[in-house]
Order: sequence, then C-alpha cells, then structure tokens
Amino acid sequence: MAMDANEIERLIKATFPDAKVEIIDMAGDGDHYAATVTTAAFKGKSRVQQHQMVYAALKGSMGGALHALALTTQVPAEA
Amino acid sequence: MANVSEQIKKDISDNDVVLYMKGTPVQPMCGFSAMAVQILSHMGVKFKGVNVLEDANLRQGIKEFANWPTIPQLYVKGEFVGGCDIMREMYESGELEELMKTKSVAVSAG
Repeated sequence: MAMDANEIERLIKATFPDAKVEIIDMAGDGDHYAATVTTAAFKGKSRVQQHQMVYAALKGSMGGALHALALTTQVPAEA
Repeated sequence: MANVSEQIKKDISDNDVVLYMKGTPVQPMCGFSAMAVQILSHMGVKFKGVNVLEDANLRQGIKEFANWPTIPQLYVKGEFVGGCDIMREMYESGELEELMKTKSVAVSAG
C-alpha cells in the first residue's frame, strides 16, 4: 500500500501548478513522508483549509494508500 | 452514521478539549497521536482522549465530521483545530497557548 514520492508530487502539482513541493521519505519505506508545499493558492486560507486543499489534491490517498504524511504548508514569501 | 456525528458533537460540547486519537493518552498506539498527547501534556492542558481504535464507526465518522482524513484530531470548545502537524506548528509558534487562553482553557505550563 505504499506510494511513490514522485506520485505525491505529481498529484499536488496537478492541483497547484505553481507549487514548490519538497518530499522526504522519513522511514525509507515509501509509506511515511514529510512534505512541505509552498503555493500562492494558500494565501488567505487557514492552516486547516491549506491542509484540506492538499488532502483533496491527493484524491483520497491520504489515510489510505498513503499512511503518513507530515505536512507543512506555506505561502510564497513574495505572494 | 448520524449517531456517530451526534456522539462527536456531544463529546466536543461536553468537554473543553478533546483529542481523537489512536490508543489512550497513557498508551498511544501511533507516533502522531503520541506527539499530540505530549504537546497537550507539556502545556498542562486537561483533555479528554477518545480512542478511535475501539470503535470502527467513530474512526470513520470523525474523518467525515471534520473533512479531515487522519487521526489525531484536536477540538477546543467544539471547534476543530487541526491534526498533529498543525498542533506542532501552533505549539512552536505559541499560537496554541494563545488559542487556549482566548478560549478560556486553563494552561499550567508557561
């Protein structure tokens, strides 16, 4: 049930084309990732909303195929 | 499912701070839940821990309730605050303590 880091990045960028995505495979098992997503789309949104936007971009993988994604969301400094 | 949603509403209105988690505060069954418990304990915040592993309906229901796919979930005064990443960020920036104070929840650690 593991998920490839490139696939995570692809899904996020499909929703947020301007996003800067950094993904670290925490355990080396393809199942526990830490991701930092930076996109102007987050501007004016609460943290909960920002995380929900990323979870939506992952189309239900979160909590399913993707067991653990430690998520940090940011708005670009110049946005 | 309606019953689960009503149960959640009751839990989060009857208790100031509720953490839906895997395992119990004394024995968390997942690293993310353990971190959430640690943050609240460190802040000296009293909370009710609800073990979603004991109830499959609740485990699914809580995800739909907040439109949030993961456990743990923190509620303060009936309001969804976030999962463990958001808790950690807010704790580190001092926002979590600020939120507790704003909501008149006792915090013992300075």
